[in-house]
Amino acid sequence: MKQIVKGLLLLATVLVFVLIYFPIVVIALMSVNASSTGQTFTYFSFVWYGEIANNTLLLRAIGTTLFVAIISTTIATVVGTFVAIGINSLKRNQRLNMMVLNNVPVVNPDIVTGISLMVVFGLLPISFGINTMLIAHVFFSIPFVVLSVLPKLKELDKDLFDAAQDLGCTSLQAVVKVIVPAIKTGIITGALIAFTMSIDDFVISYFTTGSGVQNVSLWIYARLGRRNFSPAVYAYNTIVTVVTIVILLRLNYYSIKKKMRRLNQ
Amino acid sequence: MSDILKIDHVTKSFDDKVVLNNISLTIKHNEFVTLLGPSGCGKTTLLRLIGGFETLDQGHIYFEDEDVLNIPPNKRKVNTVFQHYALFPHLNVFDNIAFGLKLKKQPKEEINKAVMNMLMLVKLEGYEWRNVDTLSGGQKQRVAIARALVNQPNLLLLDEPLGALDLKLRQDMQYELKEMQRRLGITFIFVTHDQEEALTMSDRVVVMNEGLIQQVGSPQDIYNEPINQFSASFIGESNIIDGVMVTDYEVVFEGISHPCVDHGFENNEKVDVVIRPEDIVLIKPDQQMIQGVVTDIIFKGVHYEICVMVNDKEYVIHSTRAKHIGDKVSLKFGPNDIHIMRKSDA
Ligand SMILES: Nc1ncnc2c1ncn2[C@@H]1O[C@H](COP(=O)(O)OP(=O)(O)OP(=O)(O)O)[C@@H](O)[C@H]1O
Ligand SMILES: [Mg+2]
Repeated sequence: MKQIVKGLLLLATVLVFVLIYFPIVVIALMSVNASSTGQTFTYFSFVWYGEIANNTLLLRAIGTTLFVAIISTTIATVVGTFVAIGINSLKRNQRLNMMVLNNVPVVNPDIVTGISLMVVFGLLPISFGINTMLIAHVFFSIPFVVLSVLPKLKELDKDLFDAAQDLGCTSLQAVVKVIVPAIKTGIITGALIAFTMSIDDFVISYFTTGSGVQNVSLWIYARLGRRNFSPAVYAYNTIVTVVTIVILLRLNYYSIKKKMRRLNQ
Repeated sequence: MSDILKIDHVTKSFDDKVVLNNISLTIKHNEFVTLLGPSGCGKTTLLRLIGGFETLDQGHIYFEDEDVLNIPPNKRKVNTVFQHYALFPHLNVFDNIAFGLKLKKQPKEEINKAVMNMLMLVKLEGYEWRNVDTLSGGQKQRVAIARALVNQPNLLLLDEPLGALDLKLRQDMQYELKEMQRRLGITFIFVTHDQEEALTMSDRVVVMNEGLIQQVGSPQDIYNEPINQFSASFIGESNIIDGVMVTDYEVVFEGISHPCVDHGFENNEKVDVVIRPEDIVLIKPDQQMIQGVVTDIIFKGVHYEICVMVNDKEYVIHSTRAKHIGDKVSLKFGPNDIHIMRKSDA
């Protein structure tokens, strides 16, 4: 009986993973398929990878995506970390209130956030374009950084900040030299989430962009209507997947290595 | 010797709860002062005020005759060993200890030498590259002590720095700390709730309870002449008995008159009588003396702890000679062994 249950569970697990990875594998196959329609597999080729470099529109979209992701992640990580440190130093009641404030944008549907930002930007004397998209990305990334940094701060000895000052740090030095390094892993996690959210975003970008500025998701969406996007998009997708897998493996590798080092001592 | 620290009528409350109530205390250069009191009596809060991590509500704190009100913690010539170590988790043992010196931009060789010296002092040689979260509680405490001491502060605040150590290491460290304090000429304010530690290490002991200073004095004074019931019961084990001071040098308790060395009370004033367990000798029953029955006996290593029931009150006696439960005995003590205290609430 136990054996059967175990077998079924294993089967379910395998099935779920197959379903999750199936589309990724299909896209990867299509990216090395020389056919431009993608209906049949003609022969193996990396032409579409080379095609990325030739497709200026796609290249520009990739550039926009990376530019927005890198800048917004940097700003959101710095601001979010300081916000988290601020929230953590509040009294319990105020802290809980601030957490609710922080979590509303996280659980709010993107479409609401996107439209609200669009309305707000419309009221301000700025023109829609890469600036508004960037501000929007900073805005929706900050709460995620706060969420991943706060638990790390809670783990810290509550006297840590005082101890740094005791040994000669000004309050700013105490934050930079002690608190930030001590919550480093939380900050990195926050930055990774912010970066992914930014690269990934379609809805909010859709409402806050303008003057023809497109990131990759917007560009693909615009192509979709005409059903004529080049398989170079598959190549791009596959590259993103591979990069993600490599980053994840590296992170795991480091944390495993760290654990091993600790065990060895 | 001049004063290094003067605490002048300091009051501190947290949300309407008075934690320190009008505290005054003066500490001399090179003194080893211990704050002794039960949990929650405000010891840590007092240290935090001196370190500058907390602002006081009323009163003043003077460091070397200078009011420190507006001096931030990083500018005070004071270092702290925090109750929960507060080691920097991202730094190894060496870098934790070197932290203060690096901030002061001291030359590298000097830092190296000072840190290695400290490691030797706290017996952690060979641990310098260890990550601090791989250390035991006692090792962390010793790193915390080294991290503070390496800066050679004029005043070192230690918040229960030996709490996590086992007895043997604790005694070693008590000795080492005392030695260091004497040799380096640093003033120590040392917090503990272990009365034995307080008595063995300090030049002066400050007994605190519920935000008030109960008594300040040398370990001998505190032990032999506790000023009130709290002091007496907190410092060591004591027999505290209701008595009446009939006249100078004569006290009545357990229905018997005893000669004593105390005077200056009103005639027939109700008092607390303190007799230390080791000052009582058990002898054969004697009509002239307090009589009782042995109800319990526990072997404590060096001595036996014997409980004797006298008129519904239990006396504790330390003796190197065993007794049997049910033995009838009398309690013998001299005038010098009796200590008279005013009733606390009088
Ligand atoms: N930041 C704070 N906010 C509110 N109350 C506080 C704060 N810090 C301390 N207290 C309260 O002040 C009182 C004294 O605390 P303190 O830490 O000084 O005690 P302590 O004598 O060091 O005790 P222990 O021996 O347990 O360390 C306690 O009742 C504590 O709850
Ligand atoms: Mg304390």
